[in-house]
Amino acid sequence: MKLSRKWLNEFVAVDAGDKEFAEAMTLSGSKVETTEDLGAEIKNVVVGRIEKMERHPDSDHMWVCRLDVGKDEPVQIVTGAWNIHEGDLVPVALHKSTLPGGKKIERGKLRGVLSDGMLCSLGELGLDERDFPYAAVTAAALLNDYKPIDPEKPSIPAGIKPGDKVYGPVICAGVANVSSAGDGKWECTLIRTEDDSPCATTLVTDCQNLHQFDLVAYNTKTNAVCTLSDLRAEQREFPHCINDGIFVLHEPCRPGDDIRPVINADDRVVEFEITPNRPDCLSVIGLAREVSATFDTPLTLREPVVKGGGPGVLTELLDVETPDPDLCPRYTARMVRNVKIGPSPKWMRERLRSMGVRPINNIVDITNYVMLEYGQPMHAFDYRYVKGGKIVVRRAREGEELTTLDGNVRKLTANMLVIADETRAVGLAGIMGGENSEIVDDTADVVFESANFDGTCIRKAALALGMRTEASAKFEKGLDPLNTLPAVNRACELVELLGAGEVVDGVIDVLNRVPQPRTITMDPARVNALLGTDVAAADMYQYLERVEIHTGDRSFPDGPAQVSVPSWRGDVEGIADLAEEVARFHGYNNIPAALMRGQTTLGGYTPAQEAERRLGRLCRSCGYSEIITYSFISPAAYDKIAWAPDEPLRQSLRILNPLGEDTSIMRTTALPSMLEILARNCNYRSRAVKLYEIGKIYLPGGPDGLASEPKMLTLGAYGADMDFFALKGAVEAILRDLRVADVTFTACKDDPSYHPGRCAGVYAGGRQLGVVGQIHPAVAANYGVEEALYCAELSFEALLEVRGPGAVYAPLPRFPAVSRDIAVVCREEVTVGELEACIRRSGGKLLRGVELFDIYRGRGVEGKSVAFSLTLRSDEGSITAAQADEEIAAVLSALEKELGASLRAG
Amino acid sequence: MKEQLAKIRAEAISALESAKDAADLDALRVKYLGKKGELTGVLKMMGRLSPEERPVMGQLANDVRAALENALEACSQKLEAAALERRLRDEALDVTIPGKPVVLGHQHPMNIALEELKDIFIGMGFTVLEGPEVELASYNFDRLNAPEGHPSRDWSDTFYFDGDSRVMLRSQTSPMQVRAMETMDLPIRIIAPGRVYRKDEVDATHSPMFHQVEGMVIDKGVTMADLKGTLNTVVEQLYGAGAKTRFRPHHFPFTEPSCEMDVQCHKCGGAGCPTCKGEGWIELLGAGMVHPKVLEMSGIDSGTYTGWAFGIGLERMAMRRFKIADLRLIFENDVRFLEQF
Repeated sequence: MKLSRKWLNEFVAVDAGDKEFAEAMTLSGSKVETTEDLGAEIKNVVVGRIEKMERHPDSDHMWVCRLDVGKDEPVQIVTGAWNIHEGDLVPVALHKSTLPGGKKIERGKLRGVLSDGMLCSLGELGLDERDFPYAAVTAAALLNDYKPIDPEKPSIPAGIKPGDKVYGPVICAGVANVSSAGDGKWECTLIRTEDDSPCATTLVTDCQNLHQFDLVAYNTKTNAVCTLSDLRAEQREFPHCINDGIFVLHEPCRPGDDIRPVINADDRVVEFEITPNRPDCLSVIGLAREVSATFDTPLTLREPVVKGGGPGVLTELLDVETPDPDLCPRYTARMVRNVKIGPSPKWMRERLRSMGVRPINNIVDITNYVMLEYGQPMHAFDYRYVKGGKIVVRRAREGEELTTLDGNVRKLTANMLVIADETRAVGLAGIMGGENSEIVDDTADVVFESANFDGTCIRKAALALGMRTEASAKFEKGLDPLNTLPAVNRACELVELLGAGEVVDGVIDVLNRVPQPRTITMDPARVNALLGTDVAAADMYQYLERVEIHTGDRSFPDGPAQVSVPSWRGDVEGIADLAEEVARFHGYNNIPAALMRGQTTLGGYTPAQEAERRLGRLCRSCGYSEIITYSFISPAAYDKIAWAPDEPLRQSLRILNPLGEDTSIMRTTALPSMLEILARNCNYRSRAVKLYEIGKIYLPGGPDGLASEPKMLTLGAYGADMDFFALKGAVEAILRDLRVADVTFTACKDDPSYHPGRCAGVYAGGRQLGVVGQIHPAVAANYGVEEALYCAELSFEALLEVRGPGAVYAPLPRFPAVSRDIAVVCREEVTVGELEACIRRSGGKLLRGVELFDIYRGRGVEGKSVAFSLTLRSDEGSITAAQADEEIAAVLSALEKELGASLRAG
Repeated sequence: MKEQLAKIRAEAISALESAKDAADLDALRVKYLGKKGELTGVLKMMGRLSPEERPVMGQLANDVRAALENALEACSQKLEAAALERRLRDEALDVTIPGKPVVLGHQHPMNIALEELKDIFIGMGFTVLEGPEVELASYNFDRLNAPEGHPSRDWSDTFYFDGDSRVMLRSQTSPMQVRAMETMDLPIRIIAPGRVYRKDEVDATHSPMFHQVEGMVIDKGVTMADLKGTLNTVVEQLYGAGAKTRFRPHHFPFTEPSCEMDVQCHKCGGAGCPTCKGEGWIELLGAGMVHPKVLEMSGIDSGTYTGWAFGIGLERMAMRRFKIADLRLIFENDVRFLEQF
């Protein structure tokens, strides 16, 4: 919400500087986002009066002007603009001045002639014609500026002179004299030569670019000076006859005056962040109330006064029906007749513009002005298009169409509220008017609507139609129904002030829900208890008084009392709200800071949280870095990881209104997220990457129709030092750290995302914890990666379950161990896991360790030779060679019998 | 004989002095002290001596042997020391050659920030609560005093799973307040970090998924002064003793009074600079006293119990902590980014 400090000053006089103002308002709850000084960029620009103009001696289009700028000495400025005349008041950017956009102006020479600054156009001051409609420039086509497009074939001969024919009734004429005719018009004496005898014509023209000795195209039939369009000429044929020029001021000002107040660039516009509970602050008056309360300065509000007396009887002219009273708690309307549509006055345009609203015409500007001032959206429609003089506020018919003011055809539903006449909709209630009842130049009678609509209904309609407007944004927050009447009266008052029409006596006011004055209980002791303060009761009541929350007799009692809440403060409902009002004006920063008291609680992590932290630390110490990925993925991700069409885990929770297909379903696997990140890093040419994520997956079928959200530990890696066993080693380290017992890895050939020969299921006892393996090359290719990717997916819940008990010390061995190496030859299909399991099974109680140390394939070996180092030890005494031999023999015999693995010869 | 012994002694000692290594030493040992060595040779002639001379000569011969053995030992030690010195010299390394790499993984910056925060609150007696991200709208909105019609419930702002707008992706961690009140015994002191979701397109400051930490205290006699005291302590732990805060009125449906807490800009000390957009303060979190309606909806008597709650955006906190300019980096997971933390 923007606020003009000038406009604010009409209601509350606060002269705090920008910073002080912003800080005070922010600390009382109206957060100031920015403060814009409208004239911040304009420096050293003053009003000047042109005393003398001469053509530049060395240019065919420039003028040398001498100006009075309120100093002892006049200044000389060279300009290329042609719309100025001696006596004009113009903005002068003096030597060392700055203009909007940071443009700097300095003294200089133009074609050898000194120029002490620059004369400014509207645009150069950051303005446009909407700010000063009178400053629009109309240019005559000056024949002395003519530049033929084709020099071989000029449309106008080079030596043309007064009296020469241009075409048809248009002849060349010379300007003898120009003087102001007032009202932006010019009286001009033309010399034309007819039948070789000189003859003068005097006429009044809008063209501002005429000066003595100029040659013009004069239409003898219409008695007018021709413009470019009259001659159907192109701009480049008359390069200096443009519809732009210096901003000639018609304002009450004198040479030497600072230009900023003249063009309203001396205002400050403060932008507030207004929280949704305070729609009352979306207006100048609402903010003025807050400013008054914050600075404890009186607020000056007055009731609008309408003289009325317009022709006709309102009740005969207009009838209002509200068949859906729930959606329209109040509808207030007044009528204005014999309207004269025109621009609104400068002060009104300036205020609108300072608050970011574009001026249109007096009636529309009045509705916008009242909306800004009172926070009550208003609408004006042309009475002649209200068929039957009847306004019906009803639900739209399903499929009903309405062309709104922005020219778009809107298809409506029965959930939307329209303003209609007897036959058709003429406006979308609370959002935008209809084109069919728009205020136009010949509008004669106007209906002002100032209504209160149901916020939710307006919000939903605006949302469904994709047209959130200034009005709908206000209505959706819930407005004060008591505001409609003062607002409509203010609009009528402004009509009379502007002389824009005649207000018909009386008001139509349909009140479907009569707002009741609200009183609630204020209890100072409870407020202190809530805030942790020791504020005196009387002070509290005084703070409340500032925001017009009063006790019945406006006293400041010492204890609890009933207080009345103003109608615009719908957000104040109970003691907590009153506590906030007290706190706001006592100052949040004056509330002491205390340390928590009361029963102590034991903080800490749960065992699962502790395990998760430990797991993360372990992954990092294994060289894996943590990633965080989105919980939602594309449905196509399941295809990319090659899941079968009937894979049950494809059943995912689907977001009905996703940002896009790519983020439309909740992942049931974290693998695609990991693969995406690996692929991205691969694309970024990072050569060795190891990553982990501890993140949730989302499986349908949780309690209350929600998801079950188990966590997964996903590892992913690639690079020169990565292979299956490197990743398996990390998984083993993790399992060892968690003291998981009975861990096995089993070849897994049927996980479609993984290489069928390089993937293992990870088990603890019979419980599967997850998988580890190389990603299937076809899947990697789906992610645009040619390199081998390695991933492991482990269920965090399963890891928690199989976690071993805490460590208990086992005595260190007292007797030395004996180590025996064996190498057995077996068929290729026999796995190391099977061999090892067999050794462990067959070894007696002396066998304490089995460690693979070599696998050999090649000459002299059929199949493969696998070598293990066996550690034997007894707690009773040193092992004898005979004991060791016996143990080894048993192992070898079992290997031979069970797996056909025989001791390698030699 | 006496002369012979003296000669052997002198010769041997001089020979030892010129020994260069262990082999030289061994040769000398054999030459003088071996079974066929010179000293033994002399001793073999002892039998020719008279009984009177024999002990005297014997004593003398033993003295020579002891002297030679001592000299041998000393020489051996000297040679060993020299050899060690030589070896050490040969083994000298260029210590500026880089060490063998030990690759350590890195924690994601956002979780670094989160762990700091968790540790601070745990130290103050809080427990960490986790809960569902696919959440009931009733927990995310109704029970938090944002009834049907509240703008944040719009489909343009919140992700839904069903046409009745019943199941959604939580848009805040605040439903954990309700879940805590439902399941925990009073008094309650919890923080609840986690993922939250809003329908924002990805840009430098927005993401449809981000993280918040919720905090809540409910007990008898809890006041806004406690809220300020606790959060000030947190800020001092995060930003160092003396970090200044200010509290501004704000609005959240589920707290009243509500506030936002700013911390004084560390860069300019409050004077105003680009980091704080000229304000001198940086917005840190939203907080407030738990709304009586929220307490009552969860069956807690708002006349007896009061509470305060806060919510903080983790990404913004991490971005400020590590001077990360673009939110997209957080979820891009570029290792060149991750390895900086």
